[in-house]
Parts: sequence; structure tokens; C-alpha cells
Amino acid sequence: MPPLSQTFGSLLRAGAVAAVSTLALATAPQAADLTIGLKSEPTSLDPQFHVLASNTQVSMAIFEPLVAQNTELGIEPDLATSWTFEGTVWTFNLDPAVTFSDGTPFTADDVVFSIDRVAKVPNSPSPFTLFTRQIASVEAVDAHTVKITTKEPYPLLVNDLAYLPILSKAAASGPAPEGRTTTELNRGEGLIGTGPYKFQSWERGASLVLARNDAFHGAAPEWDHVVYKPMVNPASRAAALLAGDIDVMEAPPTTDLKDMEANPKVSVVAGPPARVLYVGLDQFRDATPGVKGTAHNPFLDIRVREAMSLAIDRKAIVARVMGGAAQAAGDLVPATMFGADPGHAEAPAADIARAKALLAEAGYAKGFDLVLGAPSGRYVNDARIAQTLAAMWSRIGIRTTVEASTPSVFFKNYYDMSYSAYLASWGNNSGEVGTTLKALVLTRDPAKGIGTANNSGYANPEVDKLVLEGASTMDPEAREALLAQADKIVLDDYTLLPLHFEQPLWALRAGLTYAARADQYTLPQDVHSVK
Amino acid sequence: MQAFIVNRILQSLIVVLVMTLLVFAGLFVIGDPVQMLVSPDATDIEKEAVRQSLGLDQSFVVQYLSFMRDALHGDLGNSFLTGAPAMDLILKRMPATFELVICAMILATGIGLPLGILAGLRPEARSSKTIMAGSILGFSLPNFWVALVLIMIFAVGLGWVPASGRGETVQIGPIAVSFLTLDGLHHLILPALTLSLTKMALIIRVARAATREVAGQEYIKFARAKGLRKNRIVGVHLLKNIMVPLITVIGLEFGRTAAFAVVTETIFSWPGMGKLLIDSILTLDRPVVVAYLLLMVVFLVFLNLVVDLAYLWLDPAAREKGRD
Repeated sequence: MPPLSQTFGSLLRAGAVAAVSTLALATAPQAADLTIGLKSEPTSLDPQFHVLASNTQVSMAIFEPLVAQNTELGIEPDLATSWTFEGTVWTFNLDPAVTFSDGTPFTADDVVFSIDRVAKVPNSPSPFTLFTRQIASVEAVDAHTVKITTKEPYPLLVNDLAYLPILSKAAASGPAPEGRTTTELNRGEGLIGTGPYKFQSWERGASLVLARNDAFHGAAPEWDHVVYKPMVNPASRAAALLAGDIDVMEAPPTTDLKDMEANPKVSVVAGPPARVLYVGLDQFRDATPGVKGTAHNPFLDIRVREAMSLAIDRKAIVARVMGGAAQAAGDLVPATMFGADPGHAEAPAADIARAKALLAEAGYAKGFDLVLGAPSGRYVNDARIAQTLAAMWSRIGIRTTVEASTPSVFFKNYYDMSYSAYLASWGNNSGEVGTTLKALVLTRDPAKGIGTANNSGYANPEVDKLVLEGASTMDPEAREALLAQADKIVLDDYTLLPLHFEQPLWALRAGLTYAARADQYTLPQDVHSVK
Repeated sequence: MQAFIVNRILQSLIVVLVMTLLVFAGLFVIGDPVQMLVSPDATDIEKEAVRQSLGLDQSFVVQYLSFMRDALHGDLGNSFLTGAPAMDLILKRMPATFELVICAMILATGIGLPLGILAGLRPEARSSKTIMAGSILGFSLPNFWVALVLIMIFAVGLGWVPASGRGETVQIGPIAVSFLTLDGLHHLILPALTLSLTKMALIIRVARAATREVAGQEYIKFARAKGLRKNRIVGVHLLKNIMVPLITVIGLEFGRTAAFAVVTETIFSWPGMGKLLIDSILTLDRPVVVAYLLLMVVFLVFLNLVVDLAYLWLDPAAREKGRD
């Protein structure tokens, strides 16, 4: 049976003719409302309950952080108009003109309250302390000045603050330690922010409705109402867009992109890439479980890793598997990001002859058998990418079979380090290579949060030193140099094999534009109608 | 009769107990919910804190026993993912699923039963052969495909109905229903039709077989010889006697459809509980999965009981047996 999306693709073609001729009959929603088809629903409206993209993007319509990330992950002023730092002490000057949607003024007390609340939210499945763990103290100097002290010099504080929405202290206080509880906030009680939209109603699984915040301090929001509808199935989202039920759909299936681009009723927009798909190879033990036909772990030999990289035709994967909605990668972050090594900006070209020669040189002229672990349904086309890799490696004699598992099973094996080779992915939300390296390649020290996703077991003290030094270097130029140096070592070592960067995609009804974002968030304030 | 019901309830308690143990153990083996939930940047200390707050740091036995203790007090735990009580999440979505399933079963019975009887009364007629061929299609076309075709034709192509979602609802007591509003009906028709097709096919075939069997019986011939009107023969004598197999099919199918309407719900983005189950399985949200299956076992056992009681009521022979 062909995948659902393919079946749907052919249906689309059949339906397109009928669709165009009956365009006028389609039930168009009211012009001043925006309906968004979500690929997954927020788990909670409490903006500090669960670090999850589907939650964050909704809270960013209702709340604002002190500083915000723009579409390319760059830092911009938001509630704080300017800031300075000296060593570990940061001073933020707040915008005095801002009021909450209930009319009360926004002050430094709200910032202190909000950052303080993070650690008190109970039962969080993925706590926001991730973004406050470097913060030692937060003080209100006066009504519009906040002083934040970090535990050690920490240049990425502003990137972390971009994930911390500011709640209204008056509205979100309550008898519980955390003030308003998650349950109350889910009902909209105390859910008062300074953002362009405010809460109206939420019926789990059906729809979440926001209304325009007339007290918003920026340009007047365009939509009277924003309606989010969870639509898990991509084919249903596409049908709903074509039928005029929704205005914006998240993540159109890559197999349908050609049909959508040809359809005058809809347009497709792609955001800057930030998520890399890569292959990890076991580099920490001599006997590796997924390899047969050799006595030792072949991936300990850099020539084998290089051969595997050379065997991959990255451009072919982008063109044929990803439907063009990706960029071939030579690095773990896009070349435009802070600290990316300029020497690896280009994706390496495939070279089968050289790959075979390298394998022979390393003593594997006859190749070996390999099992490649991959998730199925976690990343765009993940299982198909794995199949393609298996075919490409088999060409140089590494006879690869794919073990594609449901994400819960894949991640168990991945964190247990039981794969010899695996397909995984990392989304960079800081805009600089340091955070990616810290998680993926630094020597594992999970207690300190270093190398938490280094499941290939790579360990290189030189890289550790450079990245950790960079992480606490406040001078941007010096930091960039340190990080680029570390990045170069990692890539020259073929530590991980970057494949491509996913391009976040949206499909819109004709007449709308969206400022597509690298972080894949769908923000209603950035959807506009064409004037 | 009472002994029969008590027996049934005892049986179902054992089923529930075994089921919770299996689901609990199954999800325990599959993976670690904490790894699925927390950000991959999290430190071990942060992960451990999440594990403790969700009670996942305890051994399997302790977790299961404390679940059973809470369950006996009527608390099935909170969803890992949303923090909300698992039972609340399910009960809030139940009306949407039941509305869909009831409409589908009404469609299936309302159309399937007359067609099946028709095909049974005149098995050689061309119309009957068309009906039977149609029922084969109803069986063999996959649900998701039918759903997509219906969406493409009626929502995207003709624009008569919306492609997905549930329409405007009105409150009846604590329950929100959508079939009482025009907008609600508009949204309901396609998913209900999709869901009804396989059931309709099944009902047609069962009704036809039963009709053919009953139509040849002596009492039908006798009724005809007595000069009774055809409507009365079919509507009373025949219908009553083909009801036993039909009730079984309708009852059991109703339960199955309600418990597993997930494909249709997913494609039509219908905010029912089937979708919740799949999402919860994928994220290893154990409290929701266990609560859902628990509810479904109880529901199916209850439905079986109702079907059995309906036999007694419809079939005098079975009633005699029940008295023994």
C-alpha cells in the first residue's frame, strides 16, 4: 500500500480540475478571522508548563518575552528596549509604554514574578528551568529596570530569555506556590499577556480561539480572531486548505509540494533552515552491536567514517526524497549561523570510487553488514531517508539494513546507545553552533547537561575545551573564533555525518503572506493579507 | 437472570484486571516516557526531577500497585503530557465520538437493513445483485481512502460540506452535541457516512442471509396463504425473526466502532477520543492509555450484556432457556 500522502497526491491531481471550477462555491471564512491548521495541538496554555514547539508558538501570540528571536533566530528587543551587561550582571530597560491586555501596566515586578514562577510549576513534562538554570537572581531595580545575574559569564542569556514569556503578576498570582495553576491557565483564568492576541476559548482537540488585543503596544494586529485547529493528518490539512476551511496549514507533505505550487488557490512558503538531519556512528566501543563481518568496530577508523560520508549523495536525497524542501548540509548548522566553520559551508559531493578506496585502505575491501537505526514518523521523511542511505552505503560494500522504529522505541535505543549507526536530528534554537556541539559531540557528562545527546560516544578534550571556553566568552568575536575552531575539528573528524537541513514549510491560501521562521513556529501576528 | 448478570460483572472485573496489567507492562517495556517528554538539552538532574514528579522513578511493581490503589478510589491519574486528569480528557471527548458512531450506525442500519431485506426477498433480481456488489465495495475499500475521496469530491470539489472538524455545538446538560445545529450536521455527514460504509455492507449481508432463511419458513408461507398483506408479512413476521443475528452484529459493531473510530477521526480531525488514544500511545502517555482501555472494556462488556438481554427479549426460545 502506498503511503497516505502519495495516494493523496494523485487524488489532488484528480480533484484540482473540479476544485478550480467550483472555486466560488467554497465556503470562505470571514475575511477578518485567521484559521490555522496545526500539525499538533498545544498540551497546555500555561506558558511555563511544557517546553514544546506547539505550546511555545501559541504562547508567543498571547505573551511576549523580554527579547525576541526574529525569523532567522537573531535577537531583537521586545519588552526590553535595550540591555547592557558587565560580567555576570545584565541590566534590561523595559518599555514603559506597554500594558497587559487587561489594561494594567507592565512593570519590572511582572518580570521577576514570571522568571520566579518557572521553577515552581509542578508536574511539568519538560520544565522551563532549561532556560533559567544559568540565572542566579532577578531583581527589579525600579519599575522599568530589571537586573539579572547569571551564575557564570553566559553570553546566551538573551537567547534563553527569548523563551520566557512574561505573565501579568496581578492576574497570574494565586494561593498555590506557582500562583495560577496550570489547570486554571488552561481555562484562561489569569492568562493575561502583553502579546498581540488574547485568549478567548479552548476546546481540547477541536479549536483554540484567540481575539485581537486592542491594548497591544505595537502595530494593530490584523485579525479579529485567530482560530487554531489541530489536524494531525497532513492530507486532511491539505484538503481543509483547498476546501477553504483553513487559511494556513503547517507542514504540507513534501510529496504534494509540486501540486500545491501549481495550484493558484494556495501558495507555499519555506523558512530558513535550522534543523539538521545527521548520521551518528558508534565511536566509543570496540565491539559494536549493529555490525557483522568484522572483528572490530569499523567506525573507530576515520577512513571508514569518511568513506561513509563520501558514499552519500546529499543532493539526490534533497531532490528525490525531500521534494526539494531541504538544503544539502556540510555542517551541523547552516553556514549563516554564528560560529559555523566557513570551510564546511558546502555539502561534500559524493565520490564512490574514493569511498571504496578508503574502505579498502582501512582493511574493509569486502565491506561489512550494518544495521542503521532510524525513527519512523518523527522527522520529515525519516524512514525513507534511512532507506536511501542504506542503498547508498550498499554501493560501496557496506551492506546496510534499516531498522525503523516508532519514535518511543527509537529514542529508548538512541539514549541507551545501542545503535551502531543511527539517523537523528537536531534543531538549533540559539542561532549559534555552540549549543549544537555542546549537546551532540562534547564528551558525555549528563549531570552537567553536556553531551546529553552525544549517543555516538565521541570524546575529544580539545573540542570540549574550545566549546566550553566559547560558552563563557562574552566577547562575540573571540567566541565566534573558538566555536568555529571546534566546529572545524568536529567536521574534519567525520564525527557525525550531516545530511541536510530541513526547511520548515507552510501552505497558505492565496492572498496571504507569512514571514516564515527558522524555529518552525506559526505566529498569527506574522500572517498578513496582501494589500 | 440475576446470577447471569452477576457472573458477567465478575468476568469483566477479571478482564479489566488482566488488561491493566498488560497495558502497564507493555508501555513500561516500550520506552521511557521521560526521554520522549523532556527536551534533549536537559541535564540528568532535570530529567530525574521530571521522572520523580511523574512517579516514574519507582519500580514497576510499586507503580502498578499505587495505580491500582488510586484507581480503586476512582482516580486514574493525570496525563503525563498535559497534567490534566486522564479520565477528564477522555470523558470530554467521548460525546463527539459517540455522536459520530451513533449517526454512523443509524445510517448503516437505516440504509443497510431495507437493502438487505430487499436483496434477500428477490435474490435473483438485478437490483439485488447491484446491492450485493455494492456491499462488496463497502467491505473492501479502505476507510481512509474512502474518506479522502469523499473529502475531495464533496468538500474540495463541490464545496458542499467542510473538509474536517466538528461544527457548532449546543449544550444538553453537561454534553455538547453538534447534530442539532445546521453547521454541526454539515460537519457530521461525511465522517458519519465514511464510518457507516463497512457497517452498512455487513448489515446488508447479514440481513440478506437471514431474510433468505426466514422467507422459506413454513410460518411465512402460512401467513401468505392466509392472505396477509406483504407489508405486514415483511414488517412483522419476517423482521422480528431476522432481528436476532442483526442485533448481535449491530451491537458488537457499535462497540468496536466507538472504541476504534480512530482512522476516521484522524482524517476528519474529529475531536473524538480515538485520536486521543493514538496520540497518547505515541507519546507513551500511560495514564491516558490505561484509562481509555479500561473504559472501553467496561463499555464493551456492558454492550455485550445488553445484546444478550435483547436476545432474551426477542427470542422466546432463548427466554425459555434463560428461565431454566
